[in-house]
Amino acid sequence: MTDYRAKWRRIWALTRKETRQIIRDPSSIAIGIVFPVMMILLFGFGLSLDVTTVSVAVVDEDVSADSAALIGAFRLSPYFKLTATRSMAQATLLMLNRRVDGILQIPSDFSRRWHAGAADVQVLVDGTDSNQARIMQAYSAGPVAIWSAAQAQAGTPVAVGPVIVESRMWFNAANDSHYFLVPGLIVLVMTIIGAFLTAMVVAREWERGTLEALFVTPMQPGEFLVSKFIPYFGLGMIGFVLCLLAGKFLFHVPLRGSLPLLCLASMVYLLVALGVGLLVSTLVKSQFLASQLAMLLTFLPAMMLSGFLYDLRSMPLVIRGITYVLPARYAVALLQTLYLAGNVASVIWVNLAVLTAAAAALMLATRYATVKQIG
Amino acid sequence: MGGAAAGAGVRDRRIAVTTPASAPALRLDRVRKSFRRETGESVLALDDISFTVQPGGLAAVIGPDGAGKTTMMRLLTGLMKADRGTVTVLGIDAAKDPQSIQSRISYMPQQFGLYEDLTVRENLDLYADMHGVPADSRRTQYLRLMSMTGLEPFQKRLAGQLSGGMKQKLGLACALVRSPDLLLLDEPTVGVDPLSRRELWEIIHQLIKDRLTVLLSSSDPDEAENCGSVLVLSEGKKLIDAPPAEVCRLALHRVFLMPPPGGTKARDLQARLLALPGVIDAVPERGQVRLIAEEGSAASEIERRAGVAAAPAPPRFEDGFMVLLHQAVRGKAAAKQAPALQEPPIGGAPGDTVVEVRDLVRRFGKFVAVDRVSFAVQRGEIFGLLGPNGAGKTTTFRMLCGLLPVSAGSLQVAGVDVLQSRASARQHVGYVAQKFSLYGQLTVDENLDFFARAYGLAGDKRRERIDWALSQFELAPFVRLPSAQLPGGFKQRLAMAAALLHRPQILFLDEPTSGADPFARREFWQRIIALARNGVTVIVTTHFMAEAEYCDRALILDDGKVLAQGTPGELRALAPVHAGQVATMEDAFIAIVEKARAAPARKSA
Repeated sequence: MTDYRAKWRRIWALTRKETRQIIRDPSSIAIGIVFPVMMILLFGFGLSLDVTTVSVAVVDEDVSADSAALIGAFRLSPYFKLTATRSMAQATLLMLNRRVDGILQIPSDFSRRWHAGAADVQVLVDGTDSNQARIMQAYSAGPVAIWSAAQAQAGTPVAVGPVIVESRMWFNAANDSHYFLVPGLIVLVMTIIGAFLTAMVVAREWERGTLEALFVTPMQPGEFLVSKFIPYFGLGMIGFVLCLLAGKFLFHVPLRGSLPLLCLASMVYLLVALGVGLLVSTLVKSQFLASQLAMLLTFLPAMMLSGFLYDLRSMPLVIRGITYVLPARYAVALLQTLYLAGNVASVIWVNLAVLTAAAAALMLATRYATVKQIG
Repeated sequence: MGGAAAGAGVRDRRIAVTTPASAPALRLDRVRKSFRRETGESVLALDDISFTVQPGGLAAVIGPDGAGKTTMMRLLTGLMKADRGTVTVLGIDAAKDPQSIQSRISYMPQQFGLYEDLTVRENLDLYADMHGVPADSRRTQYLRLMSMTGLEPFQKRLAGQLSGGMKQKLGLACALVRSPDLLLLDEPTVGVDPLSRRELWEIIHQLIKDRLTVLLSSSDPDEAENCGSVLVLSEGKKLIDAPPAEVCRLALHRVFLMPPPGGTKARDLQARLLALPGVIDAVPERGQVRLIAEEGSAASEIERRAGVAAAPAPPRFEDGFMVLLHQAVRGKAAAKQAPALQEPPIGGAPGDTVVEVRDLVRRFGKFVAVDRVSFAVQRGEIFGLLGPNGAGKTTTFRMLCGLLPVSAGSLQVAGVDVLQSRASARQHVGYVAQKFSLYGQLTVDENLDFFARAYGLAGDKRRERIDWALSQFELAPFVRLPSAQLPGGFKQRLAMAAALLHRPQILFLDEPTSGADPFARREFWQRIIALARNGVTVIVTTHFMAEAEYCDRALILDDGKVLAQGTPGELRALAPVHAGQVATMEDAFIAIVEKARAAPARKSA
């Protein structure tokens, strides 16, 4: 009954039409290619959750061998860049002008009190960036510890030894935030291309009246949807490859799991995102509303609630509950595991199963929502 | 040789699949369809409609806006389901098996369904693939379509860059990539200039000759004249289902031509006649007024009251149509007349030149959109800018309003040099754009308030002008309705109201009546005439050449150049006289434009 040759010819014609529209529409190229590249650069270079080379003004009021040794310990640390100043006033001015992020003040009685058993060193931190401030506070304990250890070795009695914080980060021993940003970035790029771009495409056909004409042809709704999936799937995979290459060659993030699994996981998530976008677009029939909905339903949650930027465990219980309905959460867990921990079967199969089920459900829902009916 | 054989094959196949001559091509049987509006109330779009079209020939659905024409088309395509009754197309029940219908008919929706970012050829290919047109017959079919539509040289052009008329032709070509068993066209001539419209009709007549069945819808009764049978709808109800000649007969012995008394304008006589009892309709035509009298009202009575002689004239379809509509709305207040203007006249002596354009040029890159256009308009005049799609009318308008920089030439509006001080020129100007350009999500009141503020009206003055606009344009019942949900004609009124809030001396109207039905158009022109009488200078563009009769003077523009300028009578005189009949404005327009296009050497004159 069904003429499959005619069917495939229609799908092919519609896919070609869709691809031409993508290529000719600067905004879809902007979202599909330029946006991933910008995200890679932004997250790769602009946003880093590490603190490196904090510039610190040093006010040495003591000017002794001891203070020089302490400053030396700071200077050896890769995290600090020191600027010598003559007075507290000058240092304060530098901080106010945001030339330095903190001040290390060594009081004039430092050496004397040190030998007496209790010395103070003041570290002032610019608190406007609280995240950086907290990290710097913790880091500054390091040089002090090194210095006092050195003093102890030299035989100088240490009255109150500063607490030596030994921290070790699992899976990210180099403490490089790119390691967990890159997997999240893949999810984010897929979300944008999959959901945000496609949210417009069906609605656009409704608004411009092209669907009305297409419906009165032998074309079947399923063929129409397949022709929407194919080119945007391709566009999403381009974004994926860009992220993959950037992760490997730009940020040198090691991939501990298998590459085929990573590709599979990304493809499944891309189908989920495409499903959300097309379903929204089919139901809403207005480009403006569809794009707003896609933003609210996919992009923002993928950014905030997927465990990409913020740790899920530190979220309030209710919010954590919400994250369980977000496909992005499973995708981030899956990709982070594959990247940082390797092929951990238990994590991978559970998350992959959830995503596959979501993709199938969304596609079915979209198919049922697409009927050749107006009004 | 292969192509010719394939072409013959296509023709044979079409005859083979055509339903038996006895079965109707389409049939609606007591069909009812209602909708729920966003505001909650239910609208009856089609009420108990029965209609049959036999295969072969041309049928039309004619009716004012909101008559239910598009709903009927969508029911026939199976894109909508009737609440009650049956819809049968090519012998197939549209409710049970819409796909079978959709596979056999071709349909051009109102928005034509073109992909603007695909080329002409790519659009054709897409629809050919959808309909499964084989590659060999495609070649012959394309050749035929290209010669029919004249789109041959534009195959590589993006559909979005075609003019309105060409888009329409491409839409038609896409619907005809294969030979359908039935062709449905929903308002195919909206916004199309007379030349393109005539070409479109030539194509349709060619199709009929090839024994295709065509059903088209239109709000313009002129379109019905050439059809085999006509269904007239109004507000979802069937008024008549008959051959057009029968509709004409409804107005038999009731149509008169009345010349205005010496030295007066036809439109002033028209306004007087419309106010008389027993008058159904009056429109200016060839310098006279065409009047339709109510049944039983004697011509002598009207002659006596108007003080003008009335010569009987043969009725046209439109006359019969107006009689039908008049009968349908009897009981309800017939809205043929706009309320009188309640406003003090705009100051200034009549006869002053208020708009003066000299050697205006506008280039876009190498393309010259407006080429040394000159004209002058006096206070209180209605001045028409006529021209085919893409002639440069809108570009001229935008420069007059200071919205677009000028490449060369000078522009004086209300005594202000637009090139020197756009802002102060704009204070004297009201502009109604071609597309509805108010804020759809704002209510009527909010829109007026916004525009009043934008024009710098404050306090009591603002409230007073908004109240004036609401009562003058009868918008008060819709104050709280988001303007996107206004019925068609009221959107137009709101746009005009917004443009008149600051009491401009000059009103620019770009295609104000495009797509409007005859009622809305008549009412609109009554408002324009009232404004002009009050001293407002009106410059207007239109596709309906008959409407040029309302103008004091008009200018015909093509390809950016002025072809002719003068009073309607002077323009009509430029066309050859056919069989002793004075040419209509439309004949004159086509003659002038075609003559200019045939002799490109004359351009520099």
